[in-house]
Amino acid sequence: MNKLSEKLAHLLVGFFGCMAVISVAAITIYMLLKGVPALTKVGILDLLFSAEWKPTANPASFGILYMILSSVVGTAGAILLGVPVGLLTAVFLTDITNTGRVNRKLAKGLSAAVELLAAIPSVIYGLIGMMVLNPRMYALEKKIFTGSTTHQFTGGSNMLSAIIVLAIMILPTVINISVSSIKAVPDSMRNASLALGATKIQTIFKVVLPTASSGIMTGIVLGIGRALGEAMAINMVAGGAVNLPLPFCSVKFLTTLLVSEMAYSSGLHRQALFTVGLVLYLFIVAINLILTKMKKGGKQE
Amino acid sequence: MILGKRKIKDLLAQILIYLCAAFSVAVLLLILCFVVKRGVKSVNWSFLTTVTSVRKQTVGIAGNILNTVLIILVSMLIATPIGVGAAIFLNEYAGKGKTVRIIEFTTEVLAGIPSIIFGLFGMLFFGETLGMGYTILTGSLTLSMMVLPLITRNTQEALKTVPDGYRSASIGLGAGKWYMIRTILIPSAMPGILTGVILSIGRIIGESAALLLTAGSAKHLPKTFLGIFDKIFQSGGTLTIQLYLSATSEGDFDTAFGIAVVLLIIVFLMNVLAKTLARKMSPTGKGR
Repeated sequence: MNKLSEKLAHLLVGFFGCMAVISVAAITIYMLLKGVPALTKVGILDLLFSAEWKPTANPASFGILYMILSSVVGTAGAILLGVPVGLLTAVFLTDITNTGRVNRKLAKGLSAAVELLAAIPSVIYGLIGMMVLNPRMYALEKKIFTGSTTHQFTGGSNMLSAIIVLAIMILPTVINISVSSIKAVPDSMRNASLALGATKIQTIFKVVLPTASSGIMTGIVLGIGRALGEAMAINMVAGGAVNLPLPFCSVKFLTTLLVSEMAYSSGLHRQALFTVGLVLYLFIVAINLILTKMKKGGKQE
Repeated sequence: MILGKRKIKDLLAQILIYLCAAFSVAVLLLILCFVVKRGVKSVNWSFLTTVTSVRKQTVGIAGNILNTVLIILVSMLIATPIGVGAAIFLNEYAGKGKTVRIIEFTTEVLAGIPSIIFGLFGMLFFGETLGMGYTILTGSLTLSMMVLPLITRNTQEALKTVPDGYRSASIGLGAGKWYMIRTILIPSAMPGILTGVILSIGRIIGESAALLLTAGSAKHLPKTFLGIFDKIFQSGGTLTIQLYLSATSEGDFDTAFGIAVVLLIIVFLMNVLAKTLARKMSPTGKGR
């Protein structure tokens, strides 16, 4: 009796352990199964490298090039903006505030703020973006494009707003990972640099950050994954027209395409959306593979 | 001369670092102030306890609150045993072979998959292949996959901190392995398990993209008490979904900001709770 329950328990937790494997396998298989039909019907080249997205026109065209470009540019912009800010914030938390009681309190408050930023739901970022960022973008837009006949006015829902919102949303990820990798740099290295006459700032930028760079890179890659996968917040601030990813253009990302069109799509349009999901999934898988490679590399050092 | 240049460079860098650090706090304060200022007047007793109805002239989110609670309950009922079980398997049964590496790798992959992909999968697999449609159950099953890594990881961390002496003492007294896990390990790892559960609940409360594709957006309340259980098999929009709809298609920003206030309060409480638990878990804390 007792033996039986022991065996059952072993089997059960073994099965639960495999759940993660089963989940990932199921998602991968389903993405491929549902995403491939449209690829063959529309043609890989036409789907991936055509800029024409007119799913309900007759004849319909399903080119997602602009969406791919928007996702890539939006993510890159968010990284360019978010990573320096996040990195310097991490430096503040580890190397600037490491002495003195007031400093420690400052660091504690800042850490709490970062934690809360990470916990705020993405729809709230979208809401704030809509109400705070977009009107200001519109004012800027009006100033820059006065008299322009070619520019389509967007009311402030544009690529730039999306990039700013994304940059803020990846901040906590970048800060947290950077903090833990900067903290792992041994103090003896800092002391050696200081003893050689370098200033604190020089030590940070020439010794500490280069040493922590592999961990920081992990943070950046995680940030890329987060930015690439974000859907709701940027759906609320980026407009939603299919355009080239220019700063003041209303744009559609891979993710926002799924959010905004899944509800009313049917037939080939729907299948094409599944393919968009597949493309997004492949991006994420690639990022995961890079991450594992980096972690392995980090361990060998 | 060179020294002067160096000093200026240092000063500039220092200013930049302070500015960046201030930025995160500024953004947080801006969000909090703006949401509270715009939303606090929408939040009152009837907002929390009624359903938006043109006929009765009420604006309320009670239905969305119920849907959120249901989705949290069902998701956690599914994900907690599986996540804790997986952690026990990894830590206590599996040893150090290839199996562990594969499971840990896939857990990490699962944690990195964006919620919109989970939503797509949930809609296709649970909703269409298994025929559940747009229901709270479909949404919960999808979200339980999404939060699984959080629970597994936190439980694993907690199990690792339980000293080996506990294990050998219990086994030495003649207890079976499962008996030892049930009576010694799980209670000792409880704070870690709870941390994982609370983080998962926080994630579910903030989730929107996955739910939009799986759980629908209905906001009415069930007519009878038992109707709550039927609700699991019906469509139901959570607070975040209603916020999204209010802010976009419905253009009702008062409701949107009201919901934002409610969400921020919940998120803040969750954060405090998780922190308290984490402090309990750490070796320097007073512990149990």
